[in-house]
Amino acid sequence: MAVEHPPAMPTGDQSRIHDIGYRGYDGPRLGRSYARRSLYSQSLRGAYGLGRSVKSKVLPMLLFAVMCVPAAIMVAVAVVTKAHELPVSYTRYAIVTQAVISLYVASQAPQAVSRDLRFKTVPLYFSRPIETADYVRAKFAALASALFILTGAPLLVMYVGALLSKMDFAHQTKEFAQGLVSVALLSLLFAGIGLVIAAFTPRRGFGIAAVIAVLTISYGAVSTLQAIADTQGSSSAVPWIGLFSPVTLIDGVQSAFLGGSSAYPGGTGPSGGQGVVHVLFVLGLIAACYGLLIRRYRKVGL
Amino acid sequence: MYDPTVARLTYRALLGRRRALILGALPLLLIVISVAVRALTGADDQTASDVLGGFALATMVPIIGVIAGTGAIGPEIDDGSVVYLLSKPLKRPTIIVTKLIVAIAVTMVFSAVPTLIAGLILNGNGQQVAVAYTVAALVSSIAYSALFLLLGTVSRHAVVFGLVYALVWEALFGTLVPGARTLSVQQWSLAVAHKIADGPLVTSDVGLPTATVLLVAVTVLATWYAGQKLRSLTLAGEE
Repeated sequence: MAVEHPPAMPTGDQSRIHDIGYRGYDGPRLGRSYARRSLYSQSLRGAYGLGRSVKSKVLPMLLFAVMCVPAAIMVAVAVVTKAHELPVSYTRYAIVTQAVISLYVASQAPQAVSRDLRFKTVPLYFSRPIETADYVRAKFAALASALFILTGAPLLVMYVGALLSKMDFAHQTKEFAQGLVSVALLSLLFAGIGLVIAAFTPRRGFGIAAVIAVLTISYGAVSTLQAIADTQGSSSAVPWIGLFSPVTLIDGVQSAFLGGSSAYPGGTGPSGGQGVVHVLFVLGLIAACYGLLIRRYRKVGL
Repeated sequence: MYDPTVARLTYRALLGRRRALILGALPLLLIVISVAVRALTGADDQTASDVLGGFALATMVPIIGVIAGTGAIGPEIDDGSVVYLLSKPLKRPTIIVTKLIVAIAVTMVFSAVPTLIAGLILNGNGQQVAVAYTVAALVSSIAYSALFLLLGTVSRHAVVFGLVYALVWEALFGTLVPGARTLSVQQWSLAVAHKIADGPLVTSDVGLPTATVLLVAVTVLATWYAGQKLRSLTLAGEE
């Protein structure tokens, strides 16, 4: 208010809010959960470029197609050759295509959070009824869902194709379900890691490079070390080394508990005990990412 | 063709704060890995060649090239501050060449030097493996920097396209489609490395003359075209 106050503020009837004739809002107040849902759906649509410019639709749609086309080709081959089993199992598919998934995370995680930081729109979100945890949960859930769609769609293509070519229904359904659990874990883990890195930089390009570096370099380093450990006869160390990169972590979990075959060199997946450590590591990482994000946004824009 | 002020500004943009962190983390990881490998296996020429070829040259050099090459010009175009640079009485090609030199220098320092150290740790330069891969890293630094600098002037999504080229084209298609290997900076630099290394440890799918011609051609063309793009640069709004 541009009104000049006297130094000692008198209380009571002296101060008042003038009604200058604006019409008040008397519609329904949709509240916090509605705002959170909107943020979630907007972020999810944004992750595939829906509601954004044509240019920003290209990359996510392209990566989506790159994920699905090999699955369709495999189904076609399996149908033609009348195979009783798909050439690549449901749980292996995401591991084989990890480069594409990493690229998707790297391009969309900064898209989800970096621009809000760069254009300082985060304080505007928090002027709505949502709170820090709502923002983080909405963004986390949106990116994880986008990743789940990306990794789940090819599995669905394979499942439908397998049923159409009259493979064993019960067997395929079981493996499909195991595949879905595996990609759900992968989506949560990748989304968490991507968002944490992206949330620390307002520069989109730099966020992309940092995410891809963490995902790919750790995978490259870990698989190099695993290969060397395997050829040097210390195969027992292979699963432990696998703990240090997101892709091999998921690989270890699915080969220990979800009936997948391991991509670890020598084909020796983790045993029961090591598998439990893998699962704990995955869950711990997801929780840690969530915690870090909450901490990050506690101070933003103040 | 070289302007010290532009160079200084570019160095500061490239090595400022977090960028330097990620640029330094990768070589550090390479050295940690080679120490671990040496401790696990002892000196072995084949292992040294696998680590240097698979991790250093195939993954580390391209990623550092992307960060340095696009980082030299991308952020300035992105936030529009490039107009202050362009409005100075400097030739646009001079700006590009200066930025290219800086990007090359940064890529070389952060990729070739660690490669040499890692090679020395791994097998003490047996069969010239360390030197061969260092030269390959030096050569590919030049080509990658020119290529990714051009990408930085052409597209706002330079980092993504650079990574797609480095990781998907060179790594994925290169292993599946033999023809893709002919068009790969990594293979060209391996051809140079092949000439230096003794023995059959370092191999390339491209002959040395072809590789040299392609390397020079790509570098010169990319730099020239980047200069042309900068001459007619339009600043697009945020999408």
